[in-house]
Amino acid sequence: MAWTADQPLIALVDVHKSFGKTEVLKGITFSVAKGEVICVIGPSGSGKSTLLRCINALVPIDRGSIKVEGQEVNDPALDKLALRRKVGMVFQQYNLFPHKTALQNVMMAPIQVLKQDRKEVEERAHRLLRKVRLQDKASSYPGELSGGQQQRVAIARSLAMNPDVMLFDEVTAALDPETKKEVLVTIRELAEEGMTCLLVTHEMGFAREVAHRIHFTDGGRIIESGPPEEFFAKAKDPRTRQFLSQIL
Amino acid sequence: MEAIADWFKWLNDAHRINLSIFYDAFDRGKFLGGLLTTLKLSAICLVTSVAIGVVGAWLQGSRFTFARRIMQGYIQFFRNTPPLVQLYFFYFAIGNLLPRVTDAYGQAVPPVSNFAWAIVSFSFFAGAFNVEIFRAGVEAVPRATVEAAEALGYSRLKAYIHVVLPLAFRISLPALNNNLVNLIKTTTLAYAIGVPELLYVSAQIWSDVLNVREMMNVLLVAYVAIVGVLVMAMNRWERAMRMPGYSV
Ligand SMILES: Nc1ncnc2c1ncn2[C@@H]1O[C@H](COP(=O)(O)OP(=O)(O)OP(=O)(O)O)[C@@H](O)[C@H]1O
Ligand SMILES: [Mg+2]
Repeated sequence: MAWTADQPLIALVDVHKSFGKTEVLKGITFSVAKGEVICVIGPSGSGKSTLLRCINALVPIDRGSIKVEGQEVNDPALDKLALRRKVGMVFQQYNLFPHKTALQNVMMAPIQVLKQDRKEVEERAHRLLRKVRLQDKASSYPGELSGGQQQRVAIARSLAMNPDVMLFDEVTAALDPETKKEVLVTIRELAEEGMTCLLVTHEMGFAREVAHRIHFTDGGRIIESGPPEEFFAKAKDPRTRQFLSQIL
Repeated sequence: MEAIADWFKWLNDAHRINLSIFYDAFDRGKFLGGLLTTLKLSAICLVTSVAIGVVGAWLQGSRFTFARRIMQGYIQFFRNTPPLVQLYFFYFAIGNLLPRVTDAYGQAVPPVSNFAWAIVSFSFFAGAFNVEIFRAGVEAVPRATVEAAEALGYSRLKAYIHVVLPLAFRISLPALNNNLVNLIKTTTLAYAIGVPELLYVSAQIWSDVLNVREMMNVLLVAYVAIVGVLVMAMNRWERAMRMPGYSV
C-alpha cells in the first residue's frame, strides 16, 4: 500500500468541517497529482482558507478523508512533522518572524526543526533568496521589507523545507498591483519547474495562464471544476457565472 | 586610598559626619560583605524568577486543566499576600518542619540556610508577577505567527522557545523592568530573618557607631546605584533586541 508518484499527491474525499454550528466544508472531493497546479476560487467565506488549513492539519476535519502521499491526515496517530515537511504553506499576511532577518527566517526551520547542518542550510537559504530575487535583502528584517518582498521571503522560507507540494492562500490579496506581479512571477516559475501547487487566488489572469485545473467553491462545496479554457469560456452554474462576471 | 580614609576621618572630626565605612577597615569589610550578599541575592532571584515566569507562562497555556489550575493557585497566593509574611512562612513554618542536620562541627543546624530561604521566597514572589507579565506578552503574539511556525513543522514547545518567547519577551520588557526593580527593593526584607544583606549590616554599623543619619543616606545611594545598573542593563538589552521596522 506504499504511495507511488502516479497516485494523487493530495486526495480529498467528502471532507466535512464545522466550526460550532456553522458547517464550513460540506463534502469536498478532489485530488492533486504530482506536478499539477490547481487553483481554488470562490467568494469570501466559502471555506477556501479552511480547506488549505485542513490539508496540513492546522485544523482537524470532522468527517471524510484527506490523504497526502497516501498518508491519512485525519489520523490521530499522524506524524505532524512528517506531514508538514511535505506540505509547505504560504499565508495571505506573510507571517514572517519579525525578530529575525530574511535570511534567518529562511534558515530557522531547517535548523531548528529538521536539525540540518547550519552551513549547508545557509547556502541553500542564499540560493532560495536569489531565486525569489531578494539576495540583497538577506540581512533586512521583515519590518524593513515591502509586502511583496516579505511574501517572497515567506515563499523561500517554505521552500527551504523542500516540500513536495505548496499551498498558497491568497498570497497576493494584501498587495498592490505592482508588488503582486513580483510574487506571481515567483510562483509561476515554481510551477514551471514542476512544483505541485494548490492555490487559493482571486487572480483570474494568473489562474488562466498557470493552472491545470480550477475549482470554484461556494457555500462549502465545489460547484464547478475544469481546465481554465473550459472553465472561463463555458461555466455552466449561474453562481460561477455571477462570480466571474463580478471579478473579471 | 590612605588619603580618602584621612579625608573621611577629618570629615568626622571637623563636621561630625561619621562615615566609618570609608576609614574603618572592620566597618568597610562588613558593609562590602552586605553589598555582596545583596548583589548575590538579587542576581540569583532575578534569574530564577524570570525562569519561573517563562515556565509558568508556558504552563498557563497548557492543554491540561490541572497544570493551569496549579499555576493559577500559585499566582493568587503569591500576588495577594505580603512578601514579608511569605518569607516568614517559608523560614519559620516550612523551615521548622524540616529535620535538622549535623554540620562539620557536630552541631545540629537547619538544612536550608536563611539566605537560601530568602532566595526561594523572593523568587516565588517575583516569579508570580513574571508569569502574569509573560502571559500577557505571549497572548500579544499574533496567532497567525504561531500558525506559520506550526506549518513549518514546529511543535508547540519549539514554537514557544523560538518564536513565541522571543516576541513575548520584547513585548513584556517594560513590565518586566518594573517587577525586577521591585524585586531588588524587596530583598531588604531578608533583614527580618537575619540574612546579612545591605540593610542588615548597615543596621549593625549604625548601632555600633551611632551614625544612623549617615548610614541611611549611604543605603539610599547604594540602592539607587544598584537599581540604576539594572535599569541600564535592561535598556541596553531592549535596544539590542529591537526589531527594525517594528514599534514593539
Ligand atoms: N477558527 C475558526 N473558528 C470559527 N469560525 C471560523 C474559523 N475559521 C474560519 N471560520 C469561519 O469559516 C468560514 C470560512 O472561512 P474561511 O476563512 O475558510 O473562508 P475563505 O473562503 O478563506 O474566505 P476569504 O476569501 O475571506 O479568505 C467563515 O464563515 C469563517 O467565519
Ligand atoms: Mg481565506
